[in-house]
Amino acid sequence: MIEIRNVSKRFGKLEVLKDVNLTCSPGQCIALIGPNGCGKTTLIKCILGMVLPTSGSIYFKGKNVSRDYKYRCDIGYMPQVGRYPDNMSIGKVFEMIKDIRSAGEKLDEELVTSYQLKAMKHKKMRTLSGGTVQKVSASLSFLFSPEVLILDEPTAGLDPLAAEILKEKIIKEKENGKLIFITSHLLSELDELVTHVILMQEGEIRFHMPVSELKETTQTNSLAKAITHILKLDHVQ
Amino acid sequence: MFNKIQKFIFSDILKNRIVLAYTLLLAILSWSVFSIEDDGNKGVLTLLNIILLTTPLVSIIFTAIYLYNSSEFIELLLSQPIKRGKIWTGLFLGLFSSLAVAFIIGAGVPIMFFVQGSIGLILIGSGVMITGIFVSLGFLCTILTRDKARGIGISILLWLFFSLLFDGLVLFLLFQFADYPIEKVMVGVSALNPIDLARIFIILQLDVSAMLGYTGAIFKDFFGTGFGAIIGFVLMCLWAVIPFMVSRRMFIHKDL
Repeated sequence: MIEIRNVSKRFGKLEVLKDVNLTCSPGQCIALIGPNGCGKTTLIKCILGMVLPTSGSIYFKGKNVSRDYKYRCDIGYMPQVGRYPDNMSIGKVFEMIKDIRSAGEKLDEELVTSYQLKAMKHKKMRTLSGGTVQKVSASLSFLFSPEVLILDEPTAGLDPLAAEILKEKIIKEKENGKLIFITSHLLSELDELVTHVILMQEGEIRFHMPVSELKETTQTNSLAKAITHILKLDHVQ
Repeated sequence: MFNKIQKFIFSDILKNRIVLAYTLLLAILSWSVFSIEDDGNKGVLTLLNIILLTTPLVSIIFTAIYLYNSSEFIELLLSQPIKRGKIWTGLFLGLFSSLAVAFIIGAGVPIMFFVQGSIGLILIGSGVMITGIFVSLGFLCTILTRDKARGIGISILLWLFFSLLFDGLVLFLLFQFADYPIEKVMVGVSALNPIDLARIFIILQLDVSAMLGYTGAIFKDFFGTGFGAIIGFVLMCLWAVIPFMVSRRMFIHKDL
């Protein structure tokens, strides 16, 4: 569904992505992990068309995405830090994004309902707490039932209850055959969500494999242990 | 309204406290100027100077601050199925229309109330133009650098240049080349500063243009005619359009 071919990105002298190749298909829930500054966010931004690759190309459903924008109809994005115009109310933000997407009637308002956002429709974005803003971002990304979901640190800042609601929603959408990317540093949390793992290091993809295979090769029973096992091996060598 | 983003930005900014304060300030200044001055022409001149100082400053700085504060929101918009150019144009139209409305409510209403004839309309029109030009320059400043402090610094410098330094430079040139017939050149030089263009426009409408001396006569010869007025208007439009189009081009190719 998403195919990344030989994508490289430089910011001046800094090479953030080095010849990245990746193929992702529907039904996968992929954890994108790696140390800070390894290029995770840049890779996500390349897929979303916010960052334009220096070389290489990205294909979405077989079509090259450079200079295209319509493909983003099928992508829901939840940013790490959401910030909205101060004087806009929650209701207005939803209205605006619906307007931009020219969305019809079939909206997925499950998260809106479970986060009870309708009750505070008139509250201005400036007055909301960080967690509530994250709830708005999460609800917006799922609202149009997109085929691909890209969630950047989705549970950071959410209270345990809200985080649990979001996780259940992610699992449900995964079972609906959606392709989901999650970046997170909380490996223990990813364990129950993801089917595949991508480990990035210094702008390169170290590996991309199913969680079960990873656990088998490292002979561990959790994602956190498997990853630490691999990183320790590196250290020894 | 032909841009989806514009109307939401418009209503967001109209509720902004700084814009409300700006409207109120313009209103207080204009009402008091016209109440103190008995002579309508003098009132227009005083108000013109106030407008030419405050409107550019508020337009350029507010635009820069608003755009920097919206950077995460712009990212979210970029993840939606909408062209980059449309996002940037929507932001521009939203900022321009809301600041223009603030100007019209604050200064336009008292001007309409106290000043008779076309001069009032020209004054309001120039104020709206100046707003557009400096919002446009604000967009250019913001796209030039990612750093908020630097971007706002550049916009303050631009404002300082156009409102004070430029006139100083022109005076310097005038004295240096006093022995040469440079009056016609001055018409060309004045086109390089939108604030001066607006000032010349208004002053030529009043009877005080004689005070500008021989240069004033040349100005009157040029900008006083229908052809000159059209050239002046086109120049101001270019000042509003070109910086924005440059910033739009840069925004389309930018990594965010």
